[in-house]
Amino acid sequence: MQIKVLGPGCANCQTLKSLVKDAVQTLGIDATVEEVTDYAAIASYGVMRTPALVIDGTVFLSGRVPNRDEVRRIIEGLGR
Amino acid sequence: MSIAERTAARPVLRPWGLVGAAALCWAGLYVANEWVWDRLVFDVAGLEGRLGSAVHFFLYDTGKIVLLLTAVVFAAAVLRTFVSPERTRALLGGRRVGLGNLAAAGLGVATPFCSCSAVPLFIGFVSAGVPLGITMSFLIASPMVNEVAVVLLWGSFGWRVAVAYMGFGLVIAVVAGFVIGRLGLERWVEPWVLEVKAVSALKSARPSWAERFATGRGEVRTILGKVWPFLVAAIAVGAAIHGWVPEDFFVRYAGPSNPFAVPIAVVLGIPLYSNAAGVIPLIEALYDKGLALGTVLAFTMAVVALSLPEMILLRRVLRPRLLAVFIAVVGVGIVAVGYLFNAIF
Repeated sequence: MQIKVLGPGCANCQTLKSLVKDAVQTLGIDATVEEVTDYAAIASYGVMRTPALVIDGTVFLSGRVPNRDEVRRIIEGLGR
Repeated sequence: MSIAERTAARPVLRPWGLVGAAALCWAGLYVANEWVWDRLVFDVAGLEGRLGSAVHFFLYDTGKIVLLLTAVVFAAAVLRTFVSPERTRALLGGRRVGLGNLAAAGLGVATPFCSCSAVPLFIGFVSAGVPLGITMSFLIASPMVNEVAVVLLWGSFGWRVAVAYMGFGLVIAVVAGFVIGRLGLERWVEPWVLEVKAVSALKSARPSWAERFATGRGEVRTILGKVWPFLVAAIAVGAAIHGWVPEDFFVRYAGPSNPFAVPIAVVLGIPLYSNAAGVIPLIEALYDKGLALGTVLAFTMAVVALSLPEMILLRRVLRPRLLAVFIAVVGVGIVAVGYLFNAIF
């Protein structure tokens, strides 16, 4: 699984990134977590509000920081 | 069947019940706020004079503003779950200049964003073919006329001032966007912006009411967590001004008789970075000390609409010349509104 956290490096983006890393670790899923800070790359996903969560090319979230459970649910649902 | 079982059987109604209960608590606290501090500061602690009035101002204002913010941020965040920038962009795509600027400014108010999203929004709009001037109207209106500013102004200066601020903020956004569009400055947008090919791949489902309310709660936590240091600092400075600065201190330097008070306030406000919650308690105290209303509102607009960090972000997509035009056009608009306000109120 390829997970990308999109955002120019603001506080919300850091929060999302650590939530995602945390979820991947607890669930024991084989995934890479990458941060995308380049504006052109962010825009190429059609994302207009950061932070955004992209998993295997699909945008799952944009413009808000989800809570721990929601992140876990999204990743768990795809990991099976 | 117990109450718990019955409410669990109707999951749709439960979130509304919780919100209703919270609203009642809120109303109780709001009504009690002044009474409690009157008793505690003046009767129980026995504070008098300047110290008493400063302490009372600080406690009462902190309570009032935190309560107002909680309610408004919650309501706005829930409403916002109905508006997405994708839909806004689709609405603005085929608009003509003029009416399009008006629509963009209106939608900017309904689609607030954090300053770190200004650049992705700009790219998303411009690369999808929304004209530059219309995009600018959106970008100017959104931070300036936000729910926090309007409600705090309402609480501090009354509804007339809040409505006038909102109206003039929209006028600035429409006119500035229109002017920038007319100047034909597209060539000063960084060229790579226009080459972005965006594929919209957002997977979205219609959120339930429980999810909308959860978004509202999360937003209250985030925003209050972010603004409280600004807020407390501003109210503390406001309280100090309230208690100790002589009545005629500001009037002598920046009162209604000084014709340059408005532009000076705007120039001072641009490099400052704060949000409405950090400025309005401060200007309330300045206004009490005799500064003209237009002057303090122009200062507020300059602080929230033109901040240095946002300019640095926008520099990534705008060439310096376009950025300079943007600052100049919006700045002139704010100064004009400041004078107009001073003439009206």
